Amino acid sequence: MNSFVIEVRDLWFSYNGHSVLKGADFEVPEKGFVALIGPNGGGKTTLLKLMLGLLEPDRGRVRIFGETPRKTMHRIGYVPQEVGVNKSFPISVTDVVLMGRMRTGKIWPGHSQHDRIAAQEVLNRLGMSEYKDRRIGELSGGERQKVLIARAIVNDPEILFLDEPVANVDSKGQSEFYDLLKELNETATVIMVSHDLMVISSYVKSVTCVNRSVHYHDAAEITQEMADMYCCPAELVTHGEFPHRVLRKHEDF
Amino acid sequence: MLEALQFEFMRNALLAGLLASVTCGVIGTLVVVNRIVFISGGIAHAAYGGIGAAFFFGLPYMIGTTGFALLAAVIMAAVTLKARHRSDTVIGVLWAVGMATGVIFLDMAPGYNVDLMSYLFGSILTVPGSDIWLMFGLSIAIILITGYFYNDFLGMSYDEEFAQIRGVPVKFLYFLLLGMIAVSVVMIIRVVGLILVIALLTIPPYIAEKYVKSLLEMMLFSGVLSALFTLTGLWLSYSFNLTSGATIIMVGAAAFFFSILFDHLKSRFSADRNE
Repeated sequence: MNSFVIEVRDLWFSYNGHSVLKGADFEVPEKGFVALIGPNGGGKTTLLKLMLGLLEPDRGRVRIFGETPRKTMHRIGYVPQEVGVNKSFPISVTDVVLMGRMRTGKIWPGHSQHDRIAAQEVLNRLGMSEYKDRRIGELSGGERQKVLIARAIVNDPEILFLDEPVANVDSKGQSEFYDLLKELNETATVIMVSHDLMVISSYVKSVTCVNRSVHYHDAAEITQEMADMYCCPAELVTHGEFPHRVLRKHEDF
Repeated sequence: MLEALQFEFMRNALLAGLLASVTCGVIGTLVVVNRIVFISGGIAHAAYGGIGAAFFFGLPYMIGTTGFALLAAVIMAAVTLKARHRSDTVIGVLWAVGMATGVIFLDMAPGYNVDLMSYLFGSILTVPGSDIWLMFGLSIAIILITGYFYNDFLGMSYDEEFAQIRGVPVKFLYFLLLGMIAVSVVMIIRVVGLILVIALLTIPPYIAEKYVKSLLEMMLFSGVLSALFTLTGLWLSYSFNLTSGATIIMVGAAAFFFSILFDHLKSRFSADRNE
């Protein structure tokens, strides 16, 4: 047995004949905190969806806890891009959170009292209990984001996947959010697609550059060399009292 | 109106209208929130092929039409499964092919062809008692199935990918939903006809969606609205000797425009107050 919770082996994926991922190969240790970075259209979301089992690879394999993603999906949590979710849908905050406990270890697709208590608890934890009966469309972007996070963690997931979770959240909300992620990371592995290297550098444990090819770096810093070879026009940050940025654009992207 | 109830056809019409309203509330809501109005229109018009087939093979209307509509629904589900919002061409083709099949079957059917207008605009006043029982059974089945899978349908409609990750069988549910749409469409064709079925399926949920907090409330509210439109329309058509299906739809359309006007005035009013 090894201690990797995610193993990605020689993963290839193409969409309508365009190759999106070429031979991704890496593993994530238990309680890792990985940021997936790279340019738009570089395949970050695709890689995430392959790990979630929402897409099937052309070649290669993904193993979550040593199994296929479909067999272990009840042990993971997922926060999708907020823009993709229908805002005018008639659904209450509590019902959105309860979606996180659908079909987990039960045949009957209803919700038990136990599920409702768990939903209430997670909303309390995120300071959202006063919104529990509100319709989702009445909330602000940041509040809605918290609801999606509540939905992802109501099931006590062992791995949490997030796709650009702070796109519509103000900066105060963002630092609160990253503190929460850090807390969750004490018990769960976190995989996050992000643009915002500025902030994540002080939280993440490793960085994966995704730009068709995929490169995993077991450290929260990106060297100039790596950036030259694989990454985007990136905002590069390293640890330190005063994080400093390296802004660099490459001719080839 | 009350004296009209002494006629059996009027009592049947009322029952058929109420049963269709129940399915309109439940299925119409799912159609509107899943944004598959066009697919539902395709199934409804393809069902016309079933009307033709029923005549040609001498089958009862409900059996022929339900079978054909279900077949259309399965084909629609299969072709739209991957790209639900980008399949309009295929849906349009199936829409037309279904109708053309119906017309050709009717051309070839032996003997005198009945009034096609009654299928295009509904024939609620001629629903036989046996159809009422069948409609009753189908309505119960739709309520039970939707009730059992309520959370799954809610999850799939709100966020399909997340539902999939939680182990909800979204493909199966999609086929099931389109199948239920097919059955509902056949029932509603009886009330308002083929051309107007989409209006009765979508106007009540569209109005309801703005004022409710949950999918269940939306189903109940749009069911009530639909019943209201059907009964009012039936009463007006009886009083003024108008075509019942078209009158029902005009009542619904009036409510639709009234609700838009009401929302508009309400937002104007609250904007003024905030200034």
